[in-house]
Amino acid sequence: MKPVIEVDRLVKRFGGFTAVDHISFEVAPGEIFGFLGANGAGKTTAMRMLCGLSKPTSGTGKVAGYDIASHPDEVKKRIGYMSQKFSLYGDLRVWENIRLFAGIYGVPQREIAPRTDALLSRLDFAAERNTLVRDLPLGWKQKLSFSVSVFHHPGIVFLDEPTGGVDPVTRRKFWELIYQAADEGITVFVTTHYMDEAEYCHRVSVMVDGRIEALDTPERLKQQFGATEMDEVFQQLARKAQRQEL
Amino acid sequence: MIRYLLEKEFRQIRRNRFLPRMILAFPLMVLLVFPGAASFEVRNIRLTVVDQDKSPNSRRLVDKAVSSGFFLLSRMSADYAQALDMVERDRADMILEIPRHFERDLVREQRASVRLSANGVNAVKAGVGSAYLTSILADYSRDFSHYGTSLAHVEVVPRFRFNPTLNYIVFMVPALMVMVLTMLCGFLPALNIVGEKEAGTMEQMNVTPVPRFLFIFSKLLPYWLMGFVVLTLCFGAAWLFYGLLPVGNLGVIYLFAALYVLTISGFGLVISNHSRTVQQAMFVMYFVVILLIIMSGLFTPVQSMPPWARALTMLNPLKYLMEVMRMVYLRGSGVADMVTHLTALAGFALFFNTWAVLSYRKTG
Amino acid sequence: MSRVFIFFVRKEFLHIFRDVRTMVILLGIPVVQLILFGFAISTEVKNARIAVLDLSRDAASRAVTERLDASAYFDVGWHLEHPGDVEKVFREGKAPLVVVFSERFQQQMLHSGSAGIQLIADASDPNYATTLTRYAEAIIADFERELQASDGVAADGLSADGQPGSTQAAAPQGIVPQLTILYNPRLQSAYQFVPGVLGMILMLICAMMTAISIVREKETGTMEVLLVSPVRPILIILAKAVPYFVLSCVNLATVLLLSVFVLGVPVAGSLVWLVLVSFLFVFVSLSLGLLVSTLTRSQVVAMLISGMSFMLPVVLLSGMMFPVEHMPRVLQMLSHMIPAKWFIIVVKDLMIKGAGISAALPEVLVLCGMAVVFVTLSLLNFKHRLE
Repeated sequence: MKPVIEVDRLVKRFGGFTAVDHISFEVAPGEIFGFLGANGAGKTTAMRMLCGLSKPTSGTGKVAGYDIASHPDEVKKRIGYMSQKFSLYGDLRVWENIRLFAGIYGVPQREIAPRTDALLSRLDFAAERNTLVRDLPLGWKQKLSFSVSVFHHPGIVFLDEPTGGVDPVTRRKFWELIYQAADEGITVFVTTHYMDEAEYCHRVSVMVDGRIEALDTPERLKQQFGATEMDEVFQQLARKAQRQEL
Repeated sequence: MIRYLLEKEFRQIRRNRFLPRMILAFPLMVLLVFPGAASFEVRNIRLTVVDQDKSPNSRRLVDKAVSSGFFLLSRMSADYAQALDMVERDRADMILEIPRHFERDLVREQRASVRLSANGVNAVKAGVGSAYLTSILADYSRDFSHYGTSLAHVEVVPRFRFNPTLNYIVFMVPALMVMVLTMLCGFLPALNIVGEKEAGTMEQMNVTPVPRFLFIFSKLLPYWLMGFVVLTLCFGAAWLFYGLLPVGNLGVIYLFAALYVLTISGFGLVISNHSRTVQQAMFVMYFVVILLIIMSGLFTPVQSMPPWARALTMLNPLKYLMEVMRMVYLRGSGVADMVTHLTALAGFALFFNTWAVLSYRKTG
Repeated sequence: MSRVFIFFVRKEFLHIFRDVRTMVILLGIPVVQLILFGFAISTEVKNARIAVLDLSRDAASRAVTERLDASAYFDVGWHLEHPGDVEKVFREGKAPLVVVFSERFQQQMLHSGSAGIQLIADASDPNYATTLTRYAEAIIADFERELQASDGVAADGLSADGQPGSTQAAAPQGIVPQLTILYNPRLQSAYQFVPGVLGMILMLICAMMTAISIVREKETGTMEVLLVSPVRPILIILAKAVPYFVLSCVNLATVLLLSVFVLGVPVAGSLVWLVLVSFLFVFVSLSLGLLVSTLTRSQVVAMLISGMSFMLPVVLLSGMMFPVEHMPRVLQMLSHMIPAKWFIIVVKDLMIKGAGISAALPEVLVLCGMAVVFVTLSLLNFKHRLE
């Protein structure tokens, strides 16, 4: 099958600083792809380029078959995105947020309402339908935010550290949602620095100083580095880092 | 797509606790308080008199000045020093000093002199006050003159057009409406986009396929409609508080205001796009709006400005709408009389909104 | 503790310097406003382009026209031909005043003793219109008096050029006013605006900026971090005030230097007292800012409160632009509550009138009283919030 993300020698420089340094990789449809790295390693910058939020300095990237530099708007139509910072509208109700983004992504008008009901009941969330989003607890905000980002059935969803700041049980439940999405055929591209989450991914890449230093399934990476936990793999790679944490 | 974006903007405005109240309260407050306060009208100039002659003629002269209705006799002073002290303490604006032998000189030699001193800190008051007192003196000498009507005399008849009762409120209220529009439809958009930037929702919008033009349009439209609500409120308030109705057509005002609100809201969005924090946007806007108001002719006449400043006012959208308001309210001018204004405002609206669309960057 | 304090002050300075745009605005506002107020804005009538409709076209009407044109107030921009043109001039907004000489102006003036001039003013701006007509009337009255003086009896006192004959020789008759303009002999508007701009800028920087910068720390949550640190809360607040105090000093210097050297408005009284009183006003404003910051948690609300309750009243009710004594009673009462009003009076006394501090004592005392009230209120409020 043709890969949904193809990245070839992608570079992003800010002045003299090279945030992303010639990275290349491919992601297959339906895959859960983990994007690991210490803070400041360049993962968020790389992801922002793939989403069309930032223009590459050089190299090429294709997402869902479209070039990210020349056709960012075509890319945007085919992806979902959930940012590290919670970014639904706090002063809109739960259903209003869903309706807004569904509408923007072109979900047909008559489908929005039934699909919203289905989603809320699946999440066990029907009671909160009319709650202002800013009044929800963080764990719920994140689940809602994720559900909104896949509501329009995008080919790919980008998740930027989706589970920051919540407890392990909530994180576990969140990953169940990710698996559901993957089962429906959505490719998941996720950055994280929780190593237990890395184990849930089909394949992971580890970024150090703007470069991809390792890329394989968690199993094979552990073998390669003679480790029992992903955490050890990560520690070995991260020790090589020259950059100060930003 | 646009429909969902608009729904969102309107919901956000409605759900804001502060905004709807401000939209209602601000125009009313400005129209109630400003016309009373913001006036350069010169009247009731406080006069203190040093009468060293104390003759029937000197007293009659003072009476004549006071009965003109233009001067208030604040007090008689014993000497010049005391009078000056009153000016220093801001109890008097002008001093009329009548020297000893005033009457005698006037009777014997047809000629007497008096001393006028005006507090120059308020230049207008001093200028107008002394001009007025001078003409009262001229009147008095003529009345006094032995030759009576046989002297050459010029009868000057002033006529005041468009505002015969010289009502300052009629002049200020229409222009104040422009200020209200500027504050509300300029500041709120300026805070809007940068507010979304601070909240992080801007990034979420940027990964969506929403075209730049549509996004800006969805931000603009609510403020544009708000402008009509505010304007209508202003019309109502002007009629209710001051019984003021335009001589011309309200529709003409709506037409010009529609262009103006587009201009000022577009400008607010430009500021918002270029700012990083709400605070910054607010300051830039504050600075610019004050300059625009100062240079608009709202409080001081544009004709009194030097040529370079008058040239600058050509670039001030506020000035155009303010003139339109006053022309329609007072003179009943129609669109045909104000083609320049229409073109200028349309140009501004196009310029700022193009800029707003271009300066909204979805990619960094 | 003093080291910690200095550390905090440095942090506040960094906040201000990092935001170049706000910085430029804060330092630029006084310059731009003074220049505009000093050179662009004025309520004076100078070279107003007026129109003349001369139905008589004789020596006398020409003489009056020339006098109007020669005066500093007027330029005769248009000579109209027909009475119908008057309407047109007004409709197009070309001239604010049309001077109409009646037919056989000179003859009537000399023989029947009465000739007519109509001054038709566009009274849309009633103030400007009355000012124009006053000046025109005064010029015509002058002409008339000289005419009478040159020849007491009604005769052909006009020389060939229409001017009153040999005015220099004959002493003018009637009451001759000798006019002195106190404090501001050239009647410049700048004299009136400088104290106002000073008051407005100090208020803006001290009250508004302090309020916003404290509230911003509340909004971002960094205030809590500061409050749990071992520094006493009052020091944190003081540290916030120091940079704005310094900025105010820079602006005070800018305003004074500009007004003396560029606008030509001298400091007539004591500079030392002027600076001291300004410090007092800065203190009042800082405490007002602090008070607002204890009332709200949102930057936007803080900004709107400061805008509505400080800036608008300062512009409007402080006497900066508009004379307070002409306002309705209610507004006059309101204006007493505005610190800037008292400050502006003091600055006018000290700077423009050159009066001693004793003349300004009551206002200074009012400012002191306000300082005490605001500081007490805000400290009480601040403590209350902490508990």
